[in-house]
Amino acid sequence: MSSTSAQTEGKARRAARKSGRGKAGSAAARGAPDSLPSPDHHLSLLRQMLTIRRFEERCVELYSSTEIRGFVHLYIGEEAVAVGVNQALGQEDAVVSTYREHGHALARGVPAEAVMAEMYGKATGCSRGRGGSMHLFDADRRFYGGNAIVAGGLPLAAGLALADRMRGSTHVTCCFFGDGAFAEGEFHETANLAALWQLPLLLVCENNLYAMGTSLAREHAQTNLAMRAASYGMPAWTVDGMDVLAVEAAAQRAVESVRAGNGPHFIEAQTYRFRAHSMYDPDRYRAKSEIEAWKGRDPVQGLADRMRTDGRLDDRTMEELDKGVLGEIDRAVRSAEDAPMEPVADLLRFVTSAPGSTT
Amino acid sequence: MSTRRSSAGAPPPTTYREALREGLREAMHEDERVFLMGEDVGNYGGCFGVSLGLLEEFGPERIRDTPLSESGFVGAGIGAALGGMRPVVEIMTVNFSLLAMDQILNNAATLLHMSGGQLGVPVVIRMTTGAGRQLGAQHSHSLEGWYAHIPGIRVLAPATVDDARHMLAAALADPDPVLIFEHGSLYNAEGVLDGTIEAVDLDTAAVRRPGTDVSVITYGGSLPKAMAAADVLAGEGISAEVVDLRTLRPLDDATIMASVCRTHRAVIIDEAWRSGSLAAEISSRITEQAFYELDAPVERVCSAEVPIPYARQLEEAALPQVATIADAVRRTVS
Repeated sequence: MSSTSAQTEGKARRAARKSGRGKAGSAAARGAPDSLPSPDHHLSLLRQMLTIRRFEERCVELYSSTEIRGFVHLYIGEEAVAVGVNQALGQEDAVVSTYREHGHALARGVPAEAVMAEMYGKATGCSRGRGGSMHLFDADRRFYGGNAIVAGGLPLAAGLALADRMRGSTHVTCCFFGDGAFAEGEFHETANLAALWQLPLLLVCENNLYAMGTSLAREHAQTNLAMRAASYGMPAWTVDGMDVLAVEAAAQRAVESVRAGNGPHFIEAQTYRFRAHSMYDPDRYRAKSEIEAWKGRDPVQGLADRMRTDGRLDDRTMEELDKGVLGEIDRAVRSAEDAPMEPVADLLRFVTSAPGSTT
Repeated sequence: MSTRRSSAGAPPPTTYREALREGLREAMHEDERVFLMGEDVGNYGGCFGVSLGLLEEFGPERIRDTPLSESGFVGAGIGAALGGMRPVVEIMTVNFSLLAMDQILNNAATLLHMSGGQLGVPVVIRMTTGAGRQLGAQHSHSLEGWYAHIPGIRVLAPATVDDARHMLAAALADPDPVLIFEHGSLYNAEGVLDGTIEAVDLDTAAVRRPGTDVSVITYGGSLPKAMAAADVLAGEGISAEVVDLRTLRPLDDATIMASVCRTHRAVIIDEAWRSGSLAAEISSRITEQAFYELDAPVERVCSAEVPIPYARQLEEAALPQVATIADAVRRTVS
């Protein structure tokens, strides 16, 4: 056992050294496959990203008309990360996410009806109306949700990975978090613990350049996040988070290696949120030109354009795809509107496992 | 596994520390999902020696030394519980647990509810609490009352060798998070295990000494002081009933009120600070539920409102003591 872990540790360190110290784009160039997978696969990626996009656009409308409330953090612009990473995960793998997790939940296969019903606070919501936008859960899909404390999900993910390893499974736990988490102790505690114990953990940092309203450079003395992750002795790569195929390729490589017993891996997906931090945010801290420049790299449009260039997508297919997605969202909204409210008599339910107990 | 005793003569006394260790050992033998992790639980044998020898018996996978990352390893314990294990997480002292409060409150206590009942968190978190060892203001506080404020977790305070021996098994059987507070002054306390006990329930307080004149309600490290005060008072013709809360959340209102209804007087001993304390909560419940049974105002004996000081005479003056407990009882019955 000790010699094996020493070997894997050595391997991990070598891989970390080879990671190019997290130079932006280096893994993307290396990771993107030359030959594309089947057209169906591309269409599936496109559909998944479009579903997240349309779902959230509808959320904006519903928020404006006060159908849904609370804090709502939109993922628009970052869809390639959730969809790309999820391609590498199996059904038995676990996912831990943040408060900006509609995309992760939908990519994971949590039904749009259940997510939308949760936004409405309904009994059919994936957290039975007790979580809302920031706390989506689906135990059957091993989606451990929606953590609204920045970096708070990281230690949980390490524990899930530890449990899987102690139980002798080869499952991988994937934990999403943002660049803001790098300023929290829980990130560093978890990175150290996971590398020390060689846990089957994939750490995916969605670097959208802003911790709410504070830019990366105004918050971090060292902004090269992959380099900092690599310092814990784990392979750490930077990938273009606006390119779903690059994200998918990097995630496949990482998950394969994690599953093979090589300990935790880190991926920094460089991405950008097109909308404000939350529905409350007037977005005064970003230059319009910066936002527009990133919108020019829209991951949904990017894949669609690439497919068109390759002759794999035409206007009619795109229209049908969009129509199908919009229909799905319509059904989710109708289903949420028609769903029953959770009875107030059940207020104290689920505080403990004892029926009806709050103590 | 039954407790060991010699075949002839009186059973030997056990220390609180040994009783805790035996409880851990039994849990590890009975359920392979159980493992212990925390700072210095392995090679060192536990900061207070509770897990001494367990590394040799169970190996480093199940007796797991952690870095000094309270939030990290407590959160990992919660995650491992979500993942089907039955972790026992040890934190050196309650003061250090503040570094893990995010995980305990925002994850362990809330996940079941926040997920609409999907994610139970069967984690057990043990830690030392309390003063009396001249360890100063960052190793001596009694913050279990803060945790008892939180819905969704159970809070235990074993005060006897029997509870030290058996509470862990009951805690591990609970599908929800359980925090166990071990008062630092109790580790060397000795007692003879009651060999007839196979399991303890975590829902009831215990009357440790029956009495008729006053209910002395306490828990944890203050129990021996309350018992000693009851001895002193007995010599003066005052019959004090001593109630050991055992479980600080949920509180066993029935046992507390039954005792107060018998004695019509209550004195609460709580080593935490008085303001916003568990003692305040109990006093309030007595007022709400047994006001017309009272023959005297409820008294509280708590720690002075000061960071616990180092110097012996200052520390002693800050804490509830046998003499101050006896004085409070005398005031109540006079």
